[in-house]
Amino acid sequence: MHAVRPPRPDQVYLFGTCLIDLFVPEAGLDAVRLLEREGLTVHYPPAQSCCGQPAFTSGNPDEARRVAAAQIALFDQPWPIVVPSGSCAGMMRHHWPTLFDDDPALQARARDVAGRVHELAGFLVEVLAVDYSAAGGEPVTVGLHTSCSARREMGTRVHGVQLLSALPGVTLDTHASESECCGFGGVFSLKHADISGAIVRDKVASLSAVCDRFVTADCGCMLNITHAAEHQGRPLRGEHIATFLRRRLEGAA
Amino acid sequence: MSAQPLHFVSPAQFRGRVSEALADDGLRDNFRSAMHFLRDKRASQFPDPVETEALRDLGEAVRKHALAHLPALLEKLEANLQARGVEVHWADTPDEACAIIHRIATEAGARRVIKGKSMVSEEVELNHYLEARGVECLESDMGEYIVQLAGERPSHIVMPAIHKTKQDIARLFEQKIPGVGYTEDVDALIHTGRQVLRERFMQADIGISGVNFAIAETGTLWLVENEGNGRLSTTVPDIHIAMMGIEKVVDTLEHALPLASLLPRSATGQAATTYFNLISGPRRPGDQDGPRRMHLVLLDNGRSQAYADAQLRATLQCIRCGACMNHCPVYARVGGHAYGTTYPGPIGQILSPHLLGLEASRDLPTASSLCGACAEVCPVRIPIPSLLMRLRTEANRAPGAAVAQPLAGQGASFSLGQKLVWRFWSGIYASPGRYRLLRWAATRLRRLAPRSQMGWTQHRTPLVPAARSLHDLMKARARGRPGV
Amino acid sequence: MSARDRILARLRAAEPGAPVAPPDVAGYYAQRPRPTPAERLNQLCVRLRASRVDVKLAGPHDWAPVAAGALQQRGVRRLALGTCARAATLAAALPDTVDTVCFDGAIEGWKRELFETVDAGFTPASAGIAATGALLLNHGGALPRTLSLVPPVSLVCIDARDLYDDLHHAASAQRWADDMPTNRVLVSSPSRTADIQQTLAYGAHGPRELIVLVITDGETA
Repeated sequence: MHAVRPPRPDQVYLFGTCLIDLFVPEAGLDAVRLLEREGLTVHYPPAQSCCGQPAFTSGNPDEARRVAAAQIALFDQPWPIVVPSGSCAGMMRHHWPTLFDDDPALQARARDVAGRVHELAGFLVEVLAVDYSAAGGEPVTVGLHTSCSARREMGTRVHGVQLLSALPGVTLDTHASESECCGFGGVFSLKHADISGAIVRDKVASLSAVCDRFVTADCGCMLNITHAAEHQGRPLRGEHIATFLRRRLEGAA
Repeated sequence: MSAQPLHFVSPAQFRGRVSEALADDGLRDNFRSAMHFLRDKRASQFPDPVETEALRDLGEAVRKHALAHLPALLEKLEANLQARGVEVHWADTPDEACAIIHRIATEAGARRVIKGKSMVSEEVELNHYLEARGVECLESDMGEYIVQLAGERPSHIVMPAIHKTKQDIARLFEQKIPGVGYTEDVDALIHTGRQVLRERFMQADIGISGVNFAIAETGTLWLVENEGNGRLSTTVPDIHIAMMGIEKVVDTLEHALPLASLLPRSATGQAATTYFNLISGPRRPGDQDGPRRMHLVLLDNGRSQAYADAQLRATLQCIRCGACMNHCPVYARVGGHAYGTTYPGPIGQILSPHLLGLEASRDLPTASSLCGACAEVCPVRIPIPSLLMRLRTEANRAPGAAVAQPLAGQGASFSLGQKLVWRFWSGIYASPGRYRLLRWAATRLRRLAPRSQMGWTQHRTPLVPAARSLHDLMKARARGRPGV
Repeated sequence: MSARDRILARLRAAEPGAPVAPPDVAGYYAQRPRPTPAERLNQLCVRLRASRVDVKLAGPHDWAPVAAGALQQRGVRRLALGTCARAATLAAALPDTVDTVCFDGAIEGWKRELFETVDAGFTPASAGIAATGALLLNHGGALPRTLSLVPPVSLVCIDARDLYDDLHHAASAQRWADDMPTNRVLVSSPSRTADIQQTLAYGAHGPRELIVLVITDGETA
């Protein structure tokens, strides 16, 4: 059951995330296109960088605070902040306020910003109620990978399923252990490379069993799974949900 | 039985054991399939999400309430147990706990101890301590018996022998139990264990058990089990010694009820275990059986360190169901022994640093992708990922840094180099100018991206930055060149 | 300072933490659906049978012969029982092939005999729990704990009037906390284990078989 739909804004911020910025920029651009398609004006504060998650999760809260504080200052208009990543959205929504327990003024600003943070898929469904029934393209079967933060902190697996299922010609295939982590975990994938590698190997296998293309709203997981598949010589490739949606809306395969 | 050599393993060697475990395909398959089995069993016990969440709320509230009043409840428990004839002992350290039990055994002239399942007794290495002093100590839980016979330690807190196949156990019984042939028939294997142990129950001088919930109001120890060995251990020998961590107490019998529903459903996917055994003292005048003397050993062993900190205190909410390990992607890959701690898996990762210090356990808090599956199934809502991050922070903190509640081993992972890397990182990402420079360098010099990128490229192809960053693309768009 | 004083002092010196409200356990259980007596009986039987319990329903006058038949069918030759009225009724209904033994005095005098010669034990239950399919045995006094534990067959009877929805319902209606006997046991199946490769096996250490006689007043589920 959904709460009353929030009022439809006409302006939004986009927080592009550091991974998208440097490694998958077209996903960020496609998120902008999807938002503009709904008649919104998208603002991209050029001073933005990273939500601070890598430092936060690795036990370096001072450094996370420093980076988060620099971002919080960028969103002074009361517009929603759309983030094309479940884990970054989760960091901003749930953890930013906890970083400033010792600074009430900054904490109040962090709370205000956190309250306006939306994960992209959730925003498209819940706030914009997008209608993608006119999308086209060749019939295709895709898998869906939902990041753990998107699933557990932001509760947006359902939105990914809803968006993909509504697309004509797209068959969504669920894979075994879909709810299990892909093994990325940020610094975890470097610090415990063997364990992370074993987990992603199983994830690649279970996705490969049902599809050779998967869609996800998180670039961390996407890079992890795709580069692991490539390492193994498997054809499995991932695509950010924003890019997949934009292509289907343009009628591409 | 002669003393079995125990494998004393150091959590500091975590990485080496992980590599071994990951290289063992058979072991990985055992764990993965066992974990999926237990996940499905648990899910079948929680079909209604509304009821599930309400009950978890209640379980959390019970545990938080008990912890908020912990010192008073321990004193109340002690007084009510004493009024029922139970001798209550307090132990700060594993050695103290073992010495108390050895003293009880010595005073009673006891030579043979039979044990029901007790993770606290594993934690203090009781078997080893007693065997070294000439007191025979036999595990009677089937899984624990198998593990003891093999000279190993439990790999799971609820299913101790989960790492073994029936073929492993068939070979073990054939080798170690005189007159037993090789059979993979599980009923026959269990029957063998039953035959061996029944005689021992009859002969034992002391029975040792754990405690699932201790009820302060009534002076009652609540034990949860399926096999009946717990009841036998606490009923047949002349002396019963129960062991528990100081966190296991709850205020009233009513408070224990939701926990008694959550525990078996979360642990093994049972609505209730075969036996809920509520013990309120030794044999009274007029009773025909039950132990004539009863003791309770309360163990701290680092728990009060977790208790001292308002956030880390949530660690002590645990009711030891093992659901966190059953749902953990790391545990399912490396198995219980790799952790090298009494309590493996996510709960072990947040509890062991208090029991052993961060020095010995420093790799445990980082061995998690923070996926949150553990917290999602925890029946008492322990925020395990947040506690892992907190422990990472304490391990990274400078060893001498003054904090209100320093943890043993604070700064175990501190390195100036690491600290500088993070300072440098935050210096870039907190400064738009420096971050612009990074983007410029990364996109323009992308062809120079190293082929080997720390741990990443052990299992993945290298990451190569895009030719133009999102910042570049957005700037171009703003200039009216949206086609890029 | 003793370990006790050191531990308590450390706990008392801890950070206070956020205030904690007492848990509303009664409120939670009050919201659970309430089955009718017939549903309750049915639920108990279904749950117990799913755990490989042999459940038999019988009236107040024929439960003892039914129980006797179940024992005879299993080849029980020696039954241990206590001194209650139910035990006397059962004893009177047993065929010649089943001997009874009523142990006198403390277990030290009859431990070996119990372990080595007794095939079945009889224990009347004080409550039945429908939600989980469990029976409450209040041990102590004339009801030894070992009768439901050591012999390979355990026979338990329960009056259908003593069925409750769940543990909370039973514990509050019967005021358990006011008077705890030395040992209360809730039993829901024969002794079992899944410690070998998650394969369920019965008769781990306790009884291999559990027979439950539900004594109804003529109405069956």
